[in-house]
Amino acid sequence: MKVEILGTGCKSCAALEKATATALERLGVDVPIDRVTDYGEIAAYGVMSTPALVIDGQVRTIGRVPSVWDLTEIIDGAQR
Amino acid sequence: MSVSLPVSRTRRSAPRLWGTVLAVAFAWVVGYVLNGFVWDRIVFDVFGLDPESRLGGAVHFFVYDTTKILLLLGGIVFIVTILRSFVTIERTRTLLGGKREGYGNVAAAGLGVVTPFCSCSAVPAFIGFVAAGVPLGVTLSFLIASPMVNEVAVILIFGMFGFKVAAMYVGFGLLVAIVAGYVLGRMRLERWVEPFVFETKLRGELVEPSTDMPWEDRLALGWQEVRTIVGKIWPYLLVGIALGAVIHGWAPEGLFTSLAGSGNPFAVPFAVLLGIPLYSSAAGVIPLVQALSEKGVALGTVLAFMMAVVALSLPEMILLRRVLQPKLLVTFVGVVGTGILAVGYLFNFVI
Repeated sequence: MKVEILGTGCKSCAALEKATATALERLGVDVPIDRVTDYGEIAAYGVMSTPALVIDGQVRTIGRVPSVWDLTEIIDGAQR
Repeated sequence: MSVSLPVSRTRRSAPRLWGTVLAVAFAWVVGYVLNGFVWDRIVFDVFGLDPESRLGGAVHFFVYDTTKILLLLGGIVFIVTILRSFVTIERTRTLLGGKREGYGNVAAAGLGVVTPFCSCSAVPAFIGFVAAGVPLGVTLSFLIASPMVNEVAVILIFGMFGFKVAAMYVGFGLLVAIVAGYVLGRMRLERWVEPFVFETKLRGELVEPSTDMPWEDRLALGWQEVRTIVGKIWPYLLVGIALGAVIHGWAPEGLFTSLAGSGNPFAVPFAVLLGIPLYSSAAGVIPLVQALSEKGVALGTVLAFMMAVVALSLPEMILLRRVLQPKLLVTFVGVVGTGILAVGYLFNFVI
């Protein structure tokens, strides 16, 4: 599984990364989180409001920081 | 792979959820209605300040305005965030994709008002729009309208100056966004956009679940946004209101009438030039602007100042420099600034 956080370094990007790390830990999934900060790369995903969470190339959340609980559900859903 | 999920979240029952919403709404209305009465009692009766004195007037202005603006801000941000949870910028882009210039500028300005958008996303939004084939001028209409006619600004103007001025602000703000975007589009400035923008290819698959959220999440999102926005702008707000209070209390009546009244033709350009490098949230500018207009600055002049502060800010220009070359940035500021200038004169003429 490939987990990416798209964002240019705003506060909420760090919050999303932290929440995602917690969610991954709860699920017992040990994968690194990649940070995508290049504007061109971010836009290439079709994302226009940051931060966004991308799992295996699929954009799962845009422009918000979901709760750890929601992220756990999202990541678990993406795994199946 | 299936994992047993932690059962840490307790879903609240629907009646309890809506009960809380109703209780908070009720408390909000009571607070808003009693605001003036309560501060009259506290400032003038409990602390014994004279309502006619400078200090009394300034202190009352400060506490009354702070309460009023915080209540307005909280209520509006909450409602608007919930409404906006039904719209996404990605959907907006799809709507604008096939639009021509002209009609497209009108649509972009209108959508700029209702689409959730933060200036920190200006660059990805710009690339996303242009890469999806939205014309440059139409994209710029969106980027101008979005910060200028934002809900915080409009509601605060409504609260401070009334319906007529708020409606004119929205109307003229949209007009500036539409005309400036159209003019910039006609100027064929694509060559001054950083080339990588046009080379960006959209890939990846968009699975955005946020438009079918349950109500509980929408309410939570609204509450989260109120906390974020109030947390972000309270310093601007307090400085703005404090400056407003000082002007309200100590500046003599009509101080600015000769300097910046509608009789002085240089007041509007001066206000616009002053406003461009300044950066503040609309919430911080409006109390200041209200006190200035009270002391004789013409309304068109203060509104032009406000538009320049919120629509053209130095930090946003620095961000946009990533995608726009300096010549285009300067042209952008020039065209939008001219539009704001025209609105300032028009306002002074109409009112």
